Amino acid sequence: MIKESIGERIFNVINICLMILLMVVTVYPLLYVVFASLSNPMDLMAHQGLLLKPLGLTLGSFYKVFQNPNIISGYKNTIFVVFFGVIVNVFMTALGAYFLSRKKALWVRPVTILIVITMFISGGLIPFYFTVKSLHLYNSLWALIIPTAINTYNMIIMRTAFSAIPDEMEESAIIDGAGHFTILFKIMIPLAMPTIAVMILYYGVHHWNAWFHAMVFLSSREMFPLQLILREILIQNDTTYMTVNSATGEEAMISETVKYAVIVVATLPILALYPFLQRYFVKGVMIGSLKG
Amino acid sequence: MSMESVVKQKTVVTQTAPKQSLGKRLKDDFQRNRALYLMALPVLAFYIIFHYVPMYGAIIAFKDFSPMKGILGSEWIGIQHFKDFFGSIYFSRILFNTLNISISTLIFGFPAPIILALLINELRSKVFSRTVQTVTYMPHFVSLVVICGLIKEFTLDTGVVNQVLSVFGWKPVSMLNKPELFVPIYVISNIWQEVGWGSIIYLAALTGIDPQLYEAAKIDGAGRFKQLIHITIPGILPTIVILLILRMGRLLNVGFEKIILLYNPAIYETADVISSFVYRKGLLEFNWSYSAAVGLFNSVINFFMLWSSNWLSRRLKGESLW
Repeated sequence: MIKESIGERIFNVINICLMILLMVVTVYPLLYVVFASLSNPMDLMAHQGLLLKPLGLTLGSFYKVFQNPNIISGYKNTIFVVFFGVIVNVFMTALGAYFLSRKKALWVRPVTILIVITMFISGGLIPFYFTVKSLHLYNSLWALIIPTAINTYNMIIMRTAFSAIPDEMEESAIIDGAGHFTILFKIMIPLAMPTIAVMILYYGVHHWNAWFHAMVFLSSREMFPLQLILREILIQNDTTYMTVNSATGEEAMISETVKYAVIVVATLPILALYPFLQRYFVKGVMIGSLKG
Repeated sequence: MSMESVVKQKTVVTQTAPKQSLGKRLKDDFQRNRALYLMALPVLAFYIIFHYVPMYGAIIAFKDFSPMKGILGSEWIGIQHFKDFFGSIYFSRILFNTLNISISTLIFGFPAPIILALLINELRSKVFSRTVQTVTYMPHFVSLVVICGLIKEFTLDTGVVNQVLSVFGWKPVSMLNKPELFVPIYVISNIWQEVGWGSIIYLAALTGIDPQLYEAAKIDGAGRFKQLIHITIPGILPTIVILLILRMGRLLNVGFEKIILLYNPAIYETADVISSFVYRKGLLEFNWSYSAAVGLFNSVINFFMLWSSNWLSRRLKGESLW
C-alpha cells in the first residue's frame, strides 16, 4: 500500500471533523428537545441560547402530557391508523403487485398502463377532497386509511420482488392444485418477506407521521391523531387544551416545557425503533433505485 | 418440467394464437384467469375511485361548483376561472415563488447528498462511517409537524438560531416573519432533514464501482484525489444524471405540507406556492372551482415536466418510472 501523503492525512482529519460537526448539527436540535422537556419550566423561560443539559431535572411536563386526554386519544387514534392502515396497505399492495406480475393474463398490460398513468396525472386536491367526502368517509378514521391504501411506487417495487421469484416455484404449486390466493399468500409473500418488511416500515412511518388528511377529513377532536394534536400545540401555539387545570401565570411557563415533552412522546417510538430497522429502510431505497 | 416441453408449449401457443379471434382469446383468458381478475378487483376499484373519479371531478374547474348541486348539476362557465387566475396578481407571484423555492432547493439540496456520500466514502473507519450514516438518516423519520414546530421555535427572536447567530453580530429577529428569510429557512431545513437519507442511493452506487479500478489507479500512482476525480465521480455520474433529470420533472411540484405549516400572512409574498394557494383558496376559502382550476393548471404543467424528464431518462439510460 502506498503511504498516505501529508495532504491526504490533512484531508482525513478535516473530513472527520466535518463529519463530527455534521452529526452534532443533526442531533443537537433533537437533543435540545429532550433537554428542554426535562427542564424546570421557570428556568427554561429565563434561559436564552443553547442548552447543554436539562435545566433542573423534572418529569413534570411528561406527567402533564400523559394526563392530557387529547394526547391519550391521539395516541390511540394514531395506533389504530398505523395498525389497520398498514394491514390494508400491505394487503392491497400485495394484491396489486401480484396481479401486475402475472405477465400471461391479457388484461395485465392495460391495467398496468391505467395504474402508471396515475403517477403522472392527478385530479388535484379539491376533486380528491370531494370524492372522499362523497363516500361518507368524512370524520372517520378510515378516511386516513382507505384513500391512500396503495402507493403506486411501492406497488411497483413489490411487483419487482414478485417477478424475481423463480417461475418453477409457482409452476410446482399449480401442479399441486394451488390457486392464485394460495400462490400469493403461501409462496410469493413468504419468499418476498424482506420487501414486505420494507413496505410495512414505509407505510407504518407514513401513517405515524401523516397529518394533512387528518386535518382535512376529521372534525371531531376525539378522533385526531397525535400529529394533529402536535400541530395545534407546536404550529398554532395553542396549549390551552394541555394546561386546563393550572393557574394562568403558571400556565404559560408549563406550556413551554410541555411542548417539548409532547415532541418527545410523539417522536420517540419511531426514533427508538429506527436503529434496529435501519437496514430495512436502507434496503428499501436500494430496491427502489433498481426498479422493475 | 423439462426445457423441451416448455419450448414445445410455447410453440403450440404461438401457432394457435393468431388463428383465434380476439373475442375468443378474451373469453379463454377470462375463463383461465377468473380468480386472478377477482383478486385484482379491489385494486382496480381503488384506482378508479381514488384516482380516476377525482380526475373526472377536475371538470369542476370549468364549472361554478357548489356541493349542493353536485358536479353534474353545477353550472358550466367555461374557462372563466382560468382567466381570473391568469389575470390576478397571484398568478405571477405563486409561479415565481414555486420556481424560486424549487430551484433553490435544487441548487443547494441536490449536490448536498452527493458531497456527503463522497465524504463518507473517504472515511477510513467503517465503524465511524456507519455511525455518521445512522445519525444523518435519523431526521428523515421525524414528522414534518415536529420539524416545522422546531423551526418555528428555533427561529423566534429568542430562539436558538438567533442566539447563536448573534454571536457573529446578527441582530435577533423573528425569522419567520421576514419574507426574505423564508426560502433560506425552507432550503436549509430541507437539507438538514434529507441530506443523509438522500446519500444512501449514491453510497449504493459507490459500492457498485469495481475495486479493480482503484487497484489499477493505485499501481499507476494515483492519489486519493485523483482516484476521486477519475474513478469515483465518473462511477456515480449516471446515477447523478438520472436523479437530476427526474428531479427536474418535479420542478413545479412543491408540496404544500411544509409550506402551510411554516407560512403566515406576513410572508405570503415569498412563501405562497401553487399548491398552498390551491389548498387555501379551496379548503379554507371555499372557492372550490377556482382552486380546482389552479390545481388543474399545475397538474397539466407537472404532467408535461414529468413526462418529458421521464422520456429523457429513458432515452439516456433506459431507466424510468415504469
